[in-house]
Amino acid sequence: MAAPVTNDQSWFFALALGVSFLKCLLINAYHSTDFEVHRNWLALTHSLPAAQWYYEATSEWTLDYPPLFAWFEYGLSHIARFFDKEMLVVQNLNYASPATILFQRLSVIVADVVFFYAVKECCKCLREDKGKYLLGKPSFILTVLLLWNFGLIIVDHIHFQYNGFLFGVLLLSIARHFQNRHFEGALLFSILLNLKHIYLYIAPAYGIYLLRCFCFTQSNADGSLQWRSFSVVRLVTLGTIVLSTFSVSFGPFIALGQLPQASMTGGLVQEFQHSVLPSVSPLATLVCTVLSILPALFRIWHRPNGARGFLRCLVICALGSFMFGWHVHEKAILMAILPLSLLAVESREDARIFLILSITGHYSLFPLLFTTQELPIKILLLLLFTIFSLTSLKTLFRKGGALLNPLEATYLLGLIPLELICEFVYPLTVWQKTFPFLPLMLTSIYCALGVTYAFIRLYISLLTCSDSTKKIKTQ
Amino acid sequence: MENWSLFSLCVLLGLTSRWAVSFHSYSGAGKPPMFGDYEAQRHWQEVTYNLPVHEWYFNTTNNDLNYWGLDYPPLTAYHSLVCAYVAKLLNPEWVELHASRGYESHSHKLFMRATVLFTDILIYIPAVLLYCFYFCDGSSKQKVATALCILLYPGLILIDYGHFQYNSVSLGLALWGILGLGLGWDLFGSLAFTLALNYKQMELYHSLPFFCYLLGKCIKQGLIGRGFFQLAKISLTVLVTFALCWMPFLSDPKQPLQVLHRLFPFGRGLFEDKVANTWCSLNVLIKIKTLLSRETQLFLSFALTLLFILPSSLKLLSKPNLWQFKLALVNSSLAFFLFSFQVHEKSILLAALPVCLVINEIPLIAIWFLLTSTFSMLPLLVKDGLLLPYVVTSLAFLFLSLYLLSALERSTEEELRLGLYRKLTRHWLPKLNLSRIIKWKFWFSLVAMAALSFTSVWLEPPAKFPDLFPVLVSILSFLHFLGFIIYFNLVQLMEPQRKKSQKKTN
Repeated sequence: MAAPVTNDQSWFFALALGVSFLKCLLINAYHSTDFEVHRNWLALTHSLPAAQWYYEATSEWTLDYPPLFAWFEYGLSHIARFFDKEMLVVQNLNYASPATILFQRLSVIVADVVFFYAVKECCKCLREDKGKYLLGKPSFILTVLLLWNFGLIIVDHIHFQYNGFLFGVLLLSIARHFQNRHFEGALLFSILLNLKHIYLYIAPAYGIYLLRCFCFTQSNADGSLQWRSFSVVRLVTLGTIVLSTFSVSFGPFIALGQLPQASMTGGLVQEFQHSVLPSVSPLATLVCTVLSILPALFRIWHRPNGARGFLRCLVICALGSFMFGWHVHEKAILMAILPLSLLAVESREDARIFLILSITGHYSLFPLLFTTQELPIKILLLLLFTIFSLTSLKTLFRKGGALLNPLEATYLLGLIPLELICEFVYPLTVWQKTFPFLPLMLTSIYCALGVTYAFIRLYISLLTCSDSTKKIKTQ
Repeated sequence: MENWSLFSLCVLLGLTSRWAVSFHSYSGAGKPPMFGDYEAQRHWQEVTYNLPVHEWYFNTTNNDLNYWGLDYPPLTAYHSLVCAYVAKLLNPEWVELHASRGYESHSHKLFMRATVLFTDILIYIPAVLLYCFYFCDGSSKQKVATALCILLYPGLILIDYGHFQYNSVSLGLALWGILGLGLGWDLFGSLAFTLALNYKQMELYHSLPFFCYLLGKCIKQGLIGRGFFQLAKISLTVLVTFALCWMPFLSDPKQPLQVLHRLFPFGRGLFEDKVANTWCSLNVLIKIKTLLSRETQLFLSFALTLLFILPSSLKLLSKPNLWQFKLALVNSSLAFFLFSFQVHEKSILLAALPVCLVINEIPLIAIWFLLTSTFSMLPLLVKDGLLLPYVVTSLAFLFLSLYLLSALERSTEEELRLGLYRKLTRHWLPKLNLSRIIKWKFWFSLVAMAALSFTSVWLEPPAKFPDLFPVLVSILSFLHFLGFIIYFNLVQLMEPQRKKSQKKTN
């Protein structure tokens, strides 16, 4: 490129700045009820004492995130004062003045700085970063795949959420484990759990990995467990870190006797009776989820593959809980796609799985933005991300034939007629009135195929990967 | 990465930013009774759909010319007619005669925005891509970077997708004309430019360079022989195109006269509102609008415009190649903008297009000009509620183009095309470091523009001068444009023998 090649980091800032400008342009786009949810939380953390945060129920959107996130909203509310004081009044339900919108959107954009830092750290963890020119370097590709991730932009900056900030903490924690700074990694993950409890789904991966690779300081020559190398010190330190984080977060509420209230049962208890297929209970889903991730956990216990094996297990846990969990949001697919990006720029097989999972997963987010005004935006951005990921990963792994086999390519191409039918043709037919949810069902079923396929392939790659890379010699 | 993927990413980014800007307000939104340009375009759909052709430009009971009467040439009217047919399919209320006045709804806005996007994709964007592909020096990455910068030019995006107009059609057609001429397809180029002229009469700003370039080429081919035939063919193409466009109006001699009367409203005075040209700026000091008679104003404006376009046109006539052609387009449109009659601030886009075409050769000055042109439209944009997209697109354009085109590194005197000028002035000012001065001026000007943008939005003007900020913006922009027209004239007139020739020079 004409860009100065001598300055290594300028391209990173250009990409970060570019995506931030795009996010600023989307300030006036459609926002979902999540916008009101966060405004309400700003209001109640600002106006009420902490003792009442989890009791306040004027709005239907009660606080259902862990305490650290509440403190985050509290911090934000102090800046919100300068934009529009009215948004901090709890009674002002659905208050959305231009200043409120500006403030909330900017807060997401600014909070993404954490994400930028995490991406930079992840780039440092790549095994090799050589490329003939800038566009072919793994770090460049990874940066674009993460910073310009379609799902994050759509969910955070249109639908409205703070996932960028949270995924930043997650990716930073992963990067720290790659860099063998395990205490920091554990601390960051504990903080993350106290910011949003959904990350509990990947806690097993962390637990098993840290226990196996960190608390047992050495492995035998063939990679199996060396029981005698167990380090109590490490276990105790890790435990202290985790417990102290939780106590800082939940402490005040335990002291006030509010723990039951803060258990965030939102959505977990709603059971539905289905009319045609058998009804599913929460317990059944929990059992299915655990069963689906158990083999992966056994694998990294038995034959760990260092940080990369841990990451693979993490993605499997995320995908397993996405597929079998209770009351899962379609946004949870991002928990699998984003960490997988790291693996995708390093291995051919992972790149393949990433392409299928990301394109399918991103397409499955389309129903989130159902307004006509946002239709061109979501199509354009998905095309942007898809074309980039396809061509850059193809170029990166051009040795060894095509990246996707014909079946996979056909499946992905099938998304085009699916989109045309669901959003262009179907609304013009008579069935739109009688079966309005049919397009959604079609989308879900079609994408489920891709996600399941990716899940299976990921499992195969985990169970069959050998410890060909360097032997694990933890500190 | 392959070329096609880079180009498509570039187009997708351009389209995304365009559609994202379209979320914002448009001209005259919610402001009865007159509304704004958006309502004007809707009204033209209503008029062209419901009334017969011979009534379009006339004041009748059904067609009140005082309420946004048609004042563009016939091609705009035909375009409105086509849009009206689509509108009728979607919702007849949008083009109901009389009843649809001031119609505003979310779905209608989406429809109107979609029509702009459609013509943009059809006409302007392919022209930009082809231009960068064929006429940009450097590697393919350089071409894509140039294409991206041109597509992200804020002025055009904000006016077309914000304020609401169809400049991408006329500018796109003019660009096809330039492409045709550059590739040696003179007839195609003339056809495209004539269509552009028949879409918006402001394209006359570009007409003299087109004329001089083609005439110069024909002369070079020999006025007796091939050159003459070529000239004849071009003239025939132009005449036939005009005839086809104006055909419905040629049945009655009163028709074309009335149309011309609508297109060139000399009765409306030297200037309207605040515009960054000479007359408006001069008016601050000397009230020339009231001091001089209408005839004197016309004469003065004509004389000064001619004075500034003659040298550039004559140079082009003598040396008809693409580089000279582009520079002549810049000089001609700037001269018209600064000195002509009844200029609107949006007409700066006519100068911005050719400057976009030289962004690869003189990045720093081109970027500077393009930012200034966007800044000069600030009062209009603020009035339309487009402050946020203005700030975001201008900043994005500034940083991305400076970065992608390495504008600050490519600013030596040679690269600024001022080598010959420097050699001449070396006698008087030996120690002058033009490059450094220009860079300092660039930063200083950016700071001034940012400061003025900020104050004109945040502060209240004093009661005695309610128009203080728009006037300051106009004067600052005017001074910049004066500097630019001098610079571009210098570059064009003092061009030395270039060792590195353009890829396709004719």
